Amino acid sequence: MKKKIYGRYVMAFGLLIALLLVLFVWNINAGSIQMSVGEIFQILTGNGEDETARSIVWEIRLPRITAAMLLGGALSVSGFLLQTFFGNPIAGPFVLGISSGAKLVVALVMIACLERSYVAGSWLLILSAFMGSLICMGFILAVSGRVKRMSILVICGIMIGYICSAVTDFVVTFADDSNIVNLHNWSMGSFSGMTWDNVAVMAAVVLAAFAGAFLLSKPISAYQLGEVYARNMGVNIRAFRLLLILLSSILSACVTAFAGPISFVGIAVPHLAKSLLKTAKPILVIPACFLGGGVFCLFCDLIARTVFAPTELSISSVTAVFGAPIVIYIMIRRKKAVDRE
Amino acid sequence: MMDYFFYTEQMTVGYDGKPLIKEIEIRLRRGEILTLIGPNGAGKSTILKSITRQLKLLGGAVYLERQSLAKMSGKEAARRMSAVLTERIRPELMTCREVVATGRYPYTGTLGILSGEDWEKVEEAMELVHVTELKERDFSAVSDGQRQRILLARAICQEPELIIMDEPTSFLDIRHKLEFLSVLKELVNKKNTAVILSLHELDLAQKISDYILCVHGEFIERYGTPEEIFTEDYIRQLYRMTKGSYNAAFGCLEMEACRGEPEIFVIGGGGKGIPLYRKLQRQGVPFAAGVLHKNDVDYQVAKALAACVIGEEPFEAICQQTFQEALAVMEKCSRVFCCLDSFGTMNEKNGKLWERAKALGKHVTEV
Repeated sequence: MKKKIYGRYVMAFGLLIALLLVLFVWNINAGSIQMSVGEIFQILTGNGEDETARSIVWEIRLPRITAAMLLGGALSVSGFLLQTFFGNPIAGPFVLGISSGAKLVVALVMIACLERSYVAGSWLLILSAFMGSLICMGFILAVSGRVKRMSILVICGIMIGYICSAVTDFVVTFADDSNIVNLHNWSMGSFSGMTWDNVAVMAAVVLAAFAGAFLLSKPISAYQLGEVYARNMGVNIRAFRLLLILLSSILSACVTAFAGPISFVGIAVPHLAKSLLKTAKPILVIPACFLGGGVFCLFCDLIARTVFAPTELSISSVTAVFGAPIVIYIMIRRKKAVDRE
Repeated sequence: MMDYFFYTEQMTVGYDGKPLIKEIEIRLRRGEILTLIGPNGAGKSTILKSITRQLKLLGGAVYLERQSLAKMSGKEAARRMSAVLTERIRPELMTCREVVATGRYPYTGTLGILSGEDWEKVEEAMELVHVTELKERDFSAVSDGQRQRILLARAICQEPELIIMDEPTSFLDIRHKLEFLSVLKELVNKKNTAVILSLHELDLAQKISDYILCVHGEFIERYGTPEEIFTEDYIRQLYRMTKGSYNAAFGCLEMEACRGEPEIFVIGGGGKGIPLYRKLQRQGVPFAAGVLHKNDVDYQVAKALAACVIGEEPFEAICQQTFQEALAVMEKCSRVFCCLDSFGTMNEKNGKLWERAKALGKHVTEV
């Protein structure tokens, strides 16, 4: 019996890694210049002869792909941590308005920098996104202290999201024209224009936060039985909750800083990961979320890039198409479970 | 004091700094069961939550083997004390065995991975509470009774020296109540664990507890053995009962009697009268019961339900005086019913009463 379960876990992770590899190659391949798998392999190993193809792969496509994988993973893990915190599977950085809060602060900082003709660096963007996340998180926590119903909390989050987006649009519209196109693209959500410098910074932040989340597996598993039991098992609830908030905010802030707000990944991927593994054990679900988020975002980015090429869709529109139905499905299933009780 | 395994000193508990119950003194040895009883809202849960450190003590201290519980680390406290609480848990995609396995939490390493030995403890605990056959089932798909037993298994595999349980039997049917408490008793005998729990079922509390703590009002009202606590008068007072009564011998509750002039005289004895007494009480018919020996089981129930009871001293034949008394009551009733088929030497006079009823034409064969 035990063997069968472990078999399932191995299969699940094998599947995720295989999908990731396939999408990785596909993403390098797809675009205005098509390449064969053999050529890609040559370029990756440094033996490519075509200079243009080499630079397209190394300077444009690879950083973008790496960013999509890392940020997708970050969003999913952030979503999983928030779901643990609120004890609800429809919590996520986007629906709770945390992404939009981060977006607003980043936009303000970017515009302020542009006016002084200074380009905001990666760290500054992450820091401002983190501040924005924490401000919105603080607001959500204040609301959650008053209302226990998750649906009301989510509505509050969505409203906060709208307010922040509206203010962002407002400041973007009235900002200087220079670079405004870039800013506009970013505020809609996009993986385009990533540089290796960006990727290095986000890798450092995301991987550190991911490791932190993975080390929280044990208390998270206790917390899944509810706060009271977790305390009884010896979990320091206050410190644990604080860590959950900080880690999930850092992760989603990092995503927003580089790629703008991306919807629904944080809810859809943890759900899919749990369904695939048929367990909610954090020690398995957290790595699976990370891989699955990468797969999901690579897939969505591929669609965003190629379906209406050369026009690019915003990544959020694509993730919404695939993510939102999953959210609806989860809500209906939960309603049924509640009705049955 | 020192030879007690668990004790509290002047423990004061409450919410938000407002004391609810003051100066609680509990003493418990290993292998003993202490039950908290008392009316709703009296603070039983508050006391239990304070012991499990969910609520801060407002005064005093709790000791486990002379060590103050407040000074223990979360992990150490978890290794010595586990709990079955009223909080309903809804874990996602967890099998029953996985829920039980969370009890090993204080013993596992940084990542919380269970060793082979840990899994053996899990199996052992599940066997002890007879839930082994549920181990692969989804926890959210099993019944309330099964859930409760799985949570007990979880508490057991935490290998505690003390188990705290808040109303563990509330959602269980009678079979599972009995099973749950037998398992608890078995555990206490086998592992010498101390148990503190709260119960609403007085009959069960009376049967399984070594000590009873009565929670009512600002101070602990009483603390003692079941024999000292479960008396008719005290239970009536503890719960402020105004209607009906509590029977200490049976540990059961009786409804309020129908007062007024008795309409029907019931001749009973030896348990034969009880079904009719209850039926008349349900229908709201005041009745007289007689002649019953005071050591007769019918006497206990009739005393609670009848408008008038004519009793005789235990093991004595019914004397002339009692007979006359019964006759006087019977003559005022419009109907007489006899639950007995035959009469013996002790209650020979009941037969005479019945003869008399027939002569008066008041006898009925159906009610």
